[in-house]
Amino acid sequence: MKRWYPPRVLVFSWAGLLALLALTVFGAYQPLGAFNTALALTIAVCKALIVVSIFMELRERNALTIAFASAGFFWLAIMLWLALADFVTRPNFPPGPPPLT
Amino acid sequence: MHEPQPAMQFVDLRQQNDVAQLGMWVFLATEVLFFGGLILAYSAYRIGYSSGFAQAAARTEIAIGTANTAVLLTSSFLVAWAVLIARQREGRIAGLLLWGAALLGLVFLALKGIEYSIEYRAHLLPGLSFAASGPQAQATHLFFAFYFIATGLHAVHVAVGIVVLVVIGIRARQGAYSERYHAPITVAGLYWHFVDVVWIFLFALIYLPGRSS
Repeated sequence: MKRWYPPRVLVFSWAGLLALLALTVFGAYQPLGAFNTALALTIAVCKALIVVSIFMELRERNALTIAFASAGFFWLAIMLWLALADFVTRPNFPPGPPPLT
Repeated sequence: MHEPQPAMQFVDLRQQNDVAQLGMWVFLATEVLFFGGLILAYSAYRIGYSSGFAQAAARTEIAIGTANTAVLLTSSFLVAWAVLIARQREGRIAGLLLWGAALLGLVFLALKGIEYSIEYRAHLLPGLSFAASGPQAQATHLFFAFYFIATGLHAVHVAVGIVVLVVIGIRARQGAYSERYHAPITVAGLYWHFVDVVWIFLFALIYLPGRSS
């Protein structure tokens, strides 16, 4: 086998990414209600994991690099969690009458 | 050709490669939070205007968006392939693959330009050419403001990546990289793949909502 051939794992990853793209577009047109968003985001996370672990070779890196790579997503998760906890629950706490002075 | 030597602060080239990759991941972590702020703003407004955002998202050009996603995923595949074979001293082919990926980046930007012009003519560009009426006018305005800021910033990243890929492609064809010395091409690849990951999420947030109703 010649050295310049793409490794099989890369070809499968590419095909898998395109298949997931087709799946997510197909899924977007199905009447699933709130589940449409969950499906789109789940497939997006799967695609990102393929790119990050295989194309970006994170699965071959040491724990320190994986920790650094995870840090950004970790802080992003905290930012989204704390901020959206406010916006999601806001309708449950409608503004009351103005405080008496 | 002279053998590459590590910079003086490193024990060997292996350590230099590891440090370069670690540094790139630190930069990408800041980029995650940069785009993360936009995604937080999008999420907050989408919660507030759920039906308006769905209707506005359904007005985006999903055919162009899907084609562009396939284009970027394919360019990432070419870059991942190039990075691997450049380490095995197949620099000439690796350079061609990087230029192919850069060409796909140009295709992406061209399709994005066509998309922007369609939206401009449909009066969906807040600030320059925007006209909407009805109960969802404000949500449409907010959605397309996010759309142009997010995809515009992403397009800037793609444009930077194209320049990087072309330059690294030239260096690869000169035989600059090997199993021992490959930090520049590996780090450039990390950047390009990250731009791809950002697009994967933008695609899900911009083009897919509101299609089933």
